[in-house]
Amino acid sequence: MAFLKSLAYRLYLPAVLKGLANTFSHIVKARGHKTFTIQYPEVKRPVRKGYRGEHRLKKDEQGREKCVACFMCQTICPSHCIRIVAEEAPWADRDKRPKVFEIDMLRCIYCGMCEEACPCDAIELTERFNVVATSRAEKIYDKEKLLSM
Amino acid sequence: MDQAMVFVRPLLVFGAVMTLVPMLVLAERRISAWIQNRVGPNRVGPSGLLQPLADVVKLAFKEDLFPRQADRVLYSLAPVLAFLPPALAFAVIPVGRDLQIARLDIGVLFAVSATSLGVYGISFGGWASNNKYSLLGGLRSSAQIISYEIAMGLSLVALLMVAGTVDLQKIVEGQQGILRWNLFYQPVAFIVFWTAAFAENNRLPFDLPECEAELVGGYHTEYASMRFAMFFLGEYVAMVTMSALLVTLFLGGWDPGFFTLPEGLFGTVLSVAVFSVKVLAILFIYIWVRWTLPRFRYDQLMHLGWKGLIPISLLNITVTAVWTAVHDALKRG
Repeated sequence: MAFLKSLAYRLYLPAVLKGLANTFSHIVKARGHKTFTIQYPEVKRPVRKGYRGEHRLKKDEQGREKCVACFMCQTICPSHCIRIVAEEAPWADRDKRPKVFEIDMLRCIYCGMCEEACPCDAIELTERFNVVATSRAEKIYDKEKLLSM
Repeated sequence: MDQAMVFVRPLLVFGAVMTLVPMLVLAERRISAWIQNRVGPNRVGPSGLLQPLADVVKLAFKEDLFPRQADRVLYSLAPVLAFLPPALAFAVIPVGRDLQIARLDIGVLFAVSATSLGVYGISFGGWASNNKYSLLGGLRSSAQIISYEIAMGLSLVALLMVAGTVDLQKIVEGQQGILRWNLFYQPVAFIVFWTAAFAENNRLPFDLPECEAELVGGYHTEYASMRFAMFFLGEYVAMVTMSALLVTLFLGGWDPGFFTLPEGLFGTVLSVAVFSVKVLAILFIYIWVRWTLPRFRYDQLMHLGWKGLIPISLLNITVTAVWTAVHDALKRG
């Protein structure tokens, strides 16, 4: 009996047949074999809560940008992708506002530190992630673009 | 009419094989996807049916590269050499009743020798690429063919003792009715032949010449574009030829098994259909096995060939010879 067993083992064939039976059950989707593929452009995977996508700048209730050009985000940014140029604000409730607010999306590592650092809740990471550009210049987002998102 | 048929038959058979290859590639990709719980190519055409067409277009438009210091003559010759012999071997295979490109009285010998010539393309490709890994792939292919060709030939000896002829058409005619298929007279030869056929076609579990994990693709590492496509085509045509040979030798060829074919044209067409179904079934098993078994290690491959298949087929020959002799003696009284 032991001899037969070792012979069967050395002949490979029983093990081969067992393997073939297993893969066949996969082909016919027996035993509840399921495909996990998501048909991407038609079906999109739901974005998880807290996902860090592209940035946007928020506006207050009067339609002005919330940003006061305090440079906190630019300072904390580990990849140095934010460039701010400040100017004097025409409004009474704050001293400064950004004249230029640019984010280089190609350098950004989407860590969300800018959002953490902002004292005015003015910058935020959205859930957008699948954005195409055909040149490098297009991936440098300026103030208008960030505000419009 | 007969002279016209000389041209029509090769075109028919060759055209059928060439049409089968892209379908086979698609089937391979879809079946592998099902086995691995994936979806597979389903974008081009209705449920991905036009995918092979897109593949061919892609390959045709790729840049045709010549590696520096490659042997130019051998490098261009190798893909042709890998593709032609298996296509050539198809000439002697009876694809239906009275339908065969060339009827040779040594059909079996011709088919076996022609299919084993395919290794030259692979070895030359490995050598001409001037790449260590390609060379190793080519070497492995030669060693593998030498080892498994012997086992294949020996298993055929036992089969030919039973069949009593080397004419493929006669071998098929001797297997009318499912109980007279050679599979049931020579089961050991069948298993040995089929295992050796896997090795000869460089299919998994014996695809050591390719072996992308250790040889980065083996003999066709340096090939691109249509030259690569020729290698690919050669591999699949060899697979079709081997399956056809297997069906002819062991599974009754165009014999439907349970009934006799009617006379006339209808019977011939039916015989071709039966033959095709059998070949497709064998091809499915080829694909199925590929996506089930892992690759053999090189020493395991040699071990299986020299210490496993060759002794088994030698034993099979002895048993068959004794049995045939006793059977004949009893018959004569």
